[in-house]
Amino acid sequence: MEWAVFVPTAALALAGGVGVIAARQPVHSALALLMVLASLAVSYLLLAAQFIAVLQVIIYAGAIVVLFLFVIMLLHARSGEGPREKLPRQRAEAYVFAALYLGVLLAAALGAAAPLASIAAEFGTAQQVGESLFTTYLLPFELASVILLVGIVAATVLGRRPPEHAGRGKG
Amino acid sequence: MVWPLLGWLTNGLIGRRLSRALAGELACVTVAASFVSALGVLLAVRPAGATDAAVSIVIPLFRWLGAGDLWIDASLIIDALSLVMALVVSGVGFLIHVYSLGYMADDPDLPRYFAYLNLFMFAMLLLVLAGNLLVLFIGWELVGVCSYLLIGYWFARPAAATAGRKAFIVNRIGDAAFLLGLFLLFTQLRTLDILQIRDGAPHLPEGVRTLAALLLFAGATGKSAQLPLHVWLPDAMEGPTPVSALIHAATMVTAGVFLIARLDRLFLTAPVALFVVGIVGALTAFFAATVALRQYDLKRVLAYSTISQLGYMFVAMGALAPVAGIFHLVTQAFFKALLFLAAGSVMHAMHDVIDMRRLGGLARPLRWTAGGFLIGVLAIAGVPPFAGFFSKDLILEEAFALGLSTGNFLPYALALVTAFVTALYMTRAAMLTFSGRPAEAAAHPHEAPPSMLVPMTALAALSVGGGLLGARVAGEPLVEFLAPLIGVKAGEGAVVHPPAGLLVGISIAVALAGIVAGIAVHRGRRDPALGAIAAFLERRWYIDDLYDAVIVAPGRALARWLAGPVDLGIIDGAVNAVGRVLAAVGRAARRLQTGYARQYALGVLVGTLIIVGYWMLR
Amino acid sequence: MVPAPAYLALSAVLFTLGAVGVLVRRNALIIFMAVELMLNSVNLAFVTFARQHGSIDGQVAVFFVLVVAAVEVVVGLALIVDIFRSRETVDIDDVDLLRG
Repeated sequence: MEWAVFVPTAALALAGGVGVIAARQPVHSALALLMVLASLAVSYLLLAAQFIAVLQVIIYAGAIVVLFLFVIMLLHARSGEGPREKLPRQRAEAYVFAALYLGVLLAAALGAAAPLASIAAEFGTAQQVGESLFTTYLLPFELASVILLVGIVAATVLGRRPPEHAGRGKG
Repeated sequence: MVWPLLGWLTNGLIGRRLSRALAGELACVTVAASFVSALGVLLAVRPAGATDAAVSIVIPLFRWLGAGDLWIDASLIIDALSLVMALVVSGVGFLIHVYSLGYMADDPDLPRYFAYLNLFMFAMLLLVLAGNLLVLFIGWELVGVCSYLLIGYWFARPAAATAGRKAFIVNRIGDAAFLLGLFLLFTQLRTLDILQIRDGAPHLPEGVRTLAALLLFAGATGKSAQLPLHVWLPDAMEGPTPVSALIHAATMVTAGVFLIARLDRLFLTAPVALFVVGIVGALTAFFAATVALRQYDLKRVLAYSTISQLGYMFVAMGALAPVAGIFHLVTQAFFKALLFLAAGSVMHAMHDVIDMRRLGGLARPLRWTAGGFLIGVLAIAGVPPFAGFFSKDLILEEAFALGLSTGNFLPYALALVTAFVTALYMTRAAMLTFSGRPAEAAAHPHEAPPSMLVPMTALAALSVGGGLLGARVAGEPLVEFLAPLIGVKAGEGAVVHPPAGLLVGISIAVALAGIVAGIAVHRGRRDPALGAIAAFLERRWYIDDLYDAVIVAPGRALARWLAGPVDLGIIDGAVNAVGRVLAAVGRAARRLQTGYARQYALGVLVGTLIIVGYWMLR
Repeated sequence: MVPAPAYLALSAVLFTLGAVGVLVRRNALIIFMAVELMLNSVNLAFVTFARQHGSIDGQVAVFFVLVVAAVEVVVGLALIVDIFRSRETVDIDDVDLLRG
């Protein structure tokens, strides 16, 4: 029964992944990414991570991809790649090493795999994740908020229009 | 309750002296204050000292450095020896500060001069009060630096700058030996605390004791200008005359003697080292005295006489009589400072003319100076009522006693001959300078200002009366004061009592004979030494020339060789080669930095691939 | 029940796809999306291991990855916009001021 759900989602995720890196237009990449994210959210549900699945949809699909789309629209003119490949061997090398890497990763991941543990019904609920966050991981949690703040400030500063007299030195 | 208070008072004064000294008056005041406080400590200690055998007050300052089992506490020691030294240093130092006010009045760089002088006073007091050999070494090095600075005070004169460097380098040889001695003591005793070394030294193996004592003595020869490291002192006379008086006659050069007295137990239990000390002292005394016969530079004569007198002190040390050595140290500080100040006064009057052949007939215009100089001459020659007589006689007696007990009469014989020669050359110097026709008609000699005369008078008084400190007729107060602490005789020396009266008679006769001979020779207008010997003496036994030939010339050649083929060819070549290789590597590596982020990313990927692969395959 | 190796294999493949995207593409925006892809594959691995060990810690880690990813995207996109403003391009090979 679960296989019936898993196989299509995994296929969708893989297709989306290929789409992200193969699409000619950034918009298509973004849509493919959205597809991957949605598929992964389904996988999370299968893995008893309801809360994470919800977060995945809200934050990634809802916020990040939308942000990407905004930027793509903002830069729509000449946002493609330049006509000339400056690194002629890069592509071949990338494929070779990526293949090697995949082998290593698979070996590592499968080596670490084990039978699934039996879990309680409330595993992965918002309540359980929240408890862990606010007890064991309280300090990292607070630090995460600091990081978010820093990100906001950085984005604000970077996105500010440079003052007229300062020329285009900003950034 | 009183000790720490007084100790802190002294310290405060020492510390204050470091930063100030902007004006001469201030310098004088600070030195005077430290003299007064040293006197206060002395008065406070005395009653206690009468009852206790050896009072040593240790004032720990702070734990200086600690590493493993190396713990070094900076501490001061106040006992009879350090008090006597502190009194002499600060007392004579104060008088010379006052003198400097007059002597250096025209110098444009006065604050620098007094700053050096005060730094020197601080360092010297640190040296004599040190409770730890490392602290002592700090003081030791500091006085060396001050000496260097003050010798080269007129650095615009090449001779002064060279002399300063010479003093520094020669001292360095001795200091290296001193440091080695310190290391040896530390590895054996695991401490550098002076009191602990005093207690521990007798238990060391014989060989270690001897080696340590010899190494420390080598350091002392450097500082105290003994053979063969004496060569710097005569050249040091390029410095201002008060400096010569203070550093190179009265205080710093006695540091070597003080060091031996400080570690008397180490030396007294190392007979071989003591033997060497005595022989070197005697040889130096004789050598320097003979050289002084043929010098024409008044200050150089005094410098060689200083070397000679220091030799006497080492003879005393070698004769198991540190007390006598310290006694002579004290009196020598008085009359040698007096002589130098008088010489400075002559220079002051004669516009820095110092060649005795161009001087003469100064007795009349410079009455006070001449009187002071005369007292100094009588004192150094060892004529009875004066200070030098008592101390020198004590040393002679001890040397004789050593001869009786060990059969080694060489120090005594040399010392006696030296006494004769000393009287001879000092008389010669005095006659050349002060009697006869006025040689320089052009100069108009004028008597020194009061600020110079008053210290001279005070020193003259001390030269006359200072001997009473250790004179038998006065009950030998200084000896009594010091004896409980240092110079505990090994026992065998005290058995034989020399015929004191006879010896005293001999020394007086020798001194008077020397003076008479000096006058006679001067009257006869002949120089006292003969032909070849004269040349020999004039070249200072060729020791400087020997050094030139044996050390300096090969050193130059080596330096030239190093500078030429070695430095240019090998070292520069190596440096350039390194540079070229790096440049080549840089050019190659530069190609790696393409500026293409994707290539970097590929590098990252390969890197992680290697790391993960390594962990997997491990 | 789908066993853990299936999820982990999926994660590994997605990660490699992301890596290839970063290495091959020159459009800064697409590279960024590839990075997101890699992050997500890691998240999947985290969740899988959390399920495998019956421990909630893996899911907490995912939470933090989400936070960091959000910040990273915001700052990164701001940079890209800024670069585009000054250089009129999003091809990262054109941004080679640090070339040696």
